[in-house]
Amino acid sequence: MANLIELNKVSKIYGTQVQTKVLHEIDLEIEEGSFNGIIGASGSGKSTLLNIIGTLDQPTSGIIKINNIETHLMRNKALAKLRNETIGFVFQFHYLLPEFTALENVLMPYYIKGKKIDKHMNERAQELLELVGLTKVMNNLAGNMSGGQQQRTAIARALINNPKLILADEPTGNLDSETTEQVYELLREIHRDYKTTFVIITHDRRIAEKTDRIIEIKDGRIFSDFSKI
Amino acid sequence: MKLSFRIALRFLFSSKGQTLLILLGIAIGISVQIFIGSLIQGLQSSLLDATIGSSPHITIKAVEKNEPLNHPETIINTVKKDEQLVALSSSITTGAFLRVDDRTEQILVRGFNYSDANKIYKFNDKLIEGQLPLQENDIIIGKALAESFKLKIGDEVDIQSVNGHIIKGNITGLFDLKVAAINESWVLSSIDFSRQISDYSADQISEIEMQVIEPFDADLIAIELSKLINQNEISTVDWKTENQQLLSGLNGQSTSSLMIQVFVVISVVLAIASVLAISVMQKSRQLGILKAMGINDTMASYIFLSQGFILGVIGAILGILFGLGLLYSFTTFALNPDGTPVVPILINPGFILLSGVIAMSASTLASLIPALKSKKLSPMEVIKNG
Ligand SMILES: Nc1ncnc2c1ncn2[C@@H]1O[C@H](COP(=O)(O)OP(=O)(O)OP(=O)(O)O)[C@@H](O)[C@H]1O
Ligand SMILES: [Mg+2]
Repeated sequence: MANLIELNKVSKIYGTQVQTKVLHEIDLEIEEGSFNGIIGASGSGKSTLLNIIGTLDQPTSGIIKINNIETHLMRNKALAKLRNETIGFVFQFHYLLPEFTALENVLMPYYIKGKKIDKHMNERAQELLELVGLTKVMNNLAGNMSGGQQQRTAIARALINNPKLILADEPTGNLDSETTEQVYELLREIHRDYKTTFVIITHDRRIAEKTDRIIEIKDGRIFSDFSKI
Repeated sequence: MKLSFRIALRFLFSSKGQTLLILLGIAIGISVQIFIGSLIQGLQSSLLDATIGSSPHITIKAVEKNEPLNHPETIINTVKKDEQLVALSSSITTGAFLRVDDRTEQILVRGFNYSDANKIYKFNDKLIEGQLPLQENDIIIGKALAESFKLKIGDEVDIQSVNGHIIKGNITGLFDLKVAAINESWVLSSIDFSRQISDYSADQISEIEMQVIEPFDADLIAIELSKLINQNEISTVDWKTENQQLLSGLNGQSTSSLMIQVFVVISVVLAIASVLAISVMQKSRQLGILKAMGINDTMASYIFLSQGFILGVIGAILGILFGLGLLYSFTTFALNPDGTPVVPILINPGFILLSGVIAMSASTLASLIPALKSKKLSPMEVIKNG
């Protein structure tokens, strides 16, 4: 399979006066259709890496290719389109729009794509919400939902546009172990059905065990990279 | 674009208190602007109406004071060719004395052809009692003069010319021309009556008075007429030259009214701009999320432009309603003893519409700064802050 993501000597330095190098010349390739886990201690640079992959943040040096296109050569508009259509994000702090309902939040990436919501799309959004167990609260404002419910809504939202790539940062951080289990089952199912590429940060080793490849980050470097298939 | 509009609406709706406050701000600003504008326009038009509504705009008379205009027919024929002319009246005006018992008072006898003169002076409306002179010896007098001599309709009085001969006049009516000096001194008669007192011959009159379509062009028309008539012994006088002070007063009023309106609009714009700028900060988290989900910079700035536009439209509508309400209550409750409004207000739909459009475009314009600011916001600023 071809590579969906390629990182070439990617470094990230924060700060101008006091400089902290958070990522050290990282080389990483993610295959299309693979299911990857990233683990590592708190502060090791996992989120930084994921945000750079997702074009939300820019590396200080190095090159990122998505779909064989160097992202730093893309214009803002093209990057926005890439984020909307190719990438689904689940953030560590879920980030919903509190002014909109759970259902509207799930549909938001689709609205942004500029598409009209038809019955079919509405049903799909409801299905996704059902998968994450939120049928009852789907018309509640996101701002009024519990942390766990918000996180599950965020997962449904990441899936709505059927993106090629899902980047998830501790997607089950706020969930109990049973729900965590269910969410992973769901992600695996989507992976199986749609060949979606996953990159998931987790500090739960049990969860990491279930991925096909575990990349461990330590102090901004890839410490180990272990593939099961 | 449509999504940006929806998001804008939702943002406005989710912070109702703030939205209501800013709407109220715009509405009050615009209503004050409409109120002041309408008030000043009303004042000016009523002042102008009082000045030139029922008085001549241009007067043609002899250069020499108290001298007659000879052969007025040729002049009238020339003047009548002017397309601007709406009314023309020739009259004989002469100083005389009113004698009742042993009392004598200086008066001004003005003889008119009333079917012509009414078009300018609207004597019909100014008559408070009786009727206009019909017979040669009928006269009407001002109410102040009638009061001071205790005269009433039907009385016969002696009018003495400067040469000393006396003609009897029958009082058939009393008028009120709203100017004390005129009410005290004018005696209106037929043109033949005043011809007798003045000793003018049949082809002599005192003056030709006119009204024109565009009163504000009266000075130019007057110059043009003098050229056309082309006689050395006549002169044209226009109301503008005689009312320079009034005109500069009106101009000053217009300018200061405009200044007030401009500053009101500026403060409205500043208010909107500052509220929307705060709103960009408040919503930066949401913007970051939207950008992470792939909203592009143009769509992001449309959210704020839409907010400005929505606020502007609703604010303008509210402002117009408030403004009309203010005007209505002002004309209903601030009344003279006779029931007419203290200040005659002019409701000019074009002006009100313009104010609305200005409010709308001003608030959209005010949202330009926050819109540009939203462009710069990067999703990372939100995501790293948790
Ligand atoms: N904007 C920033 N400015 C300065 N330092 C930063 C910034 N963002 C992150 N860092 C630092 O970079 C390092 C890596 O942060 P990162 O968020 O990538 O860690 P992480 O591996 O995701 O940790 P966690 O598991 O706690 O989420 C940390 O030391 C953090 O303090
Ligand atoms: Mg992290």
